[in-house]
Amino acid sequence: MSLIESALAADRARFREIVPAGEAFVHRIERGEHFRILDLEGNQAVDTLFYNADDFEECYSAVDTIRAQGNIYLTTGSILLSNRGNPLLTIVADTCGRHDTLGGACSAESNTVRYALDKKHMHSCRDSFMMALANLDRGLGKRHLSSNINFFMNVPVTPDGRLTFEDGISAAGRYVELRAEMDVVVLISNCPQLNNPCNAYNPTPVEVFVWHSGNG
Amino acid sequence: MSETIWTERVPGGAHTSFVMRRGTRLRITAEDAGANASLVLYNYEQPSERYNMPDTLKGQHTAFLTLHHVLYSDMGRAMCSITADDCGWHDPICGVSNAALVEARYGVARYQEHRNDYHRNGQDSLQNELEKYGLTPKDLVAPLNLFSKVSVDDQGNLVFHQEHAAAGDSVELRFEMHCLVALTTCQHPLDPEPRYAPRAVTLECLPAALPGPDDPARRRCPENARAFINTERMFPFDVAEGVREVAA
Repeated sequence: MSLIESALAADRARFREIVPAGEAFVHRIERGEHFRILDLEGNQAVDTLFYNADDFEECYSAVDTIRAQGNIYLTTGSILLSNRGNPLLTIVADTCGRHDTLGGACSAESNTVRYALDKKHMHSCRDSFMMALANLDRGLGKRHLSSNINFFMNVPVTPDGRLTFEDGISAAGRYVELRAEMDVVVLISNCPQLNNPCNAYNPTPVEVFVWHSGNG
Repeated sequence: MSETIWTERVPGGAHTSFVMRRGTRLRITAEDAGANASLVLYNYEQPSERYNMPDTLKGQHTAFLTLHHVLYSDMGRAMCSITADDCGWHDPICGVSNAALVEARYGVARYQEHRNDYHRNGQDSLQNELEKYGLTPKDLVAPLNLFSKVSVDDQGNLVFHQEHAAAGDSVELRFEMHCLVALTTCQHPLDPEPRYAPRAVTLECLPAALPGPDDPARRRCPENARAFINTERMFPFDVAEGVREVAA
């Protein structure tokens, strides 16, 4: 794993906002702009989707991204591809080292399967996603939740095919930064999961930043 | 063979869709070595519920599917179970080919010159089937690539295993709920075979006994037991004897 830092200064960002755990965040990012997610307190899973800003039928595709780069982990240099095979964003800096895109997002129903039937009523990423999409008032819903990235989440796969959710490899102050290759909308659920180590059993806030193109 | 309900031969590179009911199973047989059949599943009664690769993998702590694994929906239900498997590994993580990939790898072969041997790709093929049911490109989820094996090395790099499936290998899916199935026999997107050479499979629909309390797919892990409970709540009068709602 190689760790690549960004030259962009936080005080020159055109936008910054703290996203508490358990909340959604939606923002339009123009082509050429840089978008950073900062893990403020460490080991916080940030479930993230990207869409073509002008057509939500075009969205991030985990399997196309994995296949095209020949590797299941995301880090600096990874090009995030859409379901039409177009580059949405490129990861240009990463001080965590590796991010998951196989683990999906938690939901009330998947919590019943993974943990216990009575975990159904806990807050979940999918509820945050669906609420945020509905509030855009563009006819978007669950069918638009195709696949996602889990920034800062550690889901190792072994050569014999075992997949597990492990303790995070992130820490307070680590970040990932992406350059938009087209106008995109980012949709984040800052994960509220309490039943596995993806948030170190303590969901915490993250901070997001956007810089204008060429305005570092 | 007398119990067979229907059969369909799917030529290499073709696509098809059909409904599988709870209490039936689908046997898929590879005609030749190196076959691939990419499949997606939707709840026939409410197609916004669909096969969910991440939930399936994390629930069963696996990056591939084989005997007694269960395909989960995004609503926490067991959609179907793998009840027989000659291959030992089916790939859920690599998706399907698209038009650009097929053209770059195999060149252009139009219908005008090649008739039904024209080059098709996995993404357009599955979308074509889904559109018949009012589903659009965003509804195409990560498919299960039957008969294909892709593992990862210690750094996460994908490793394609050539000719993983032998001629005559089969896999059986027992359906736990009514499902719309869309399937294409386009080549796996990582198949290094330089020729456009998709292989045929044969489908057989057969009756299946409803899974009992000791069914090996149900008992494979506590997660599967709970996924079966979620499914069986939709079919309260249509469960095997002895099945009780006991959280594993």
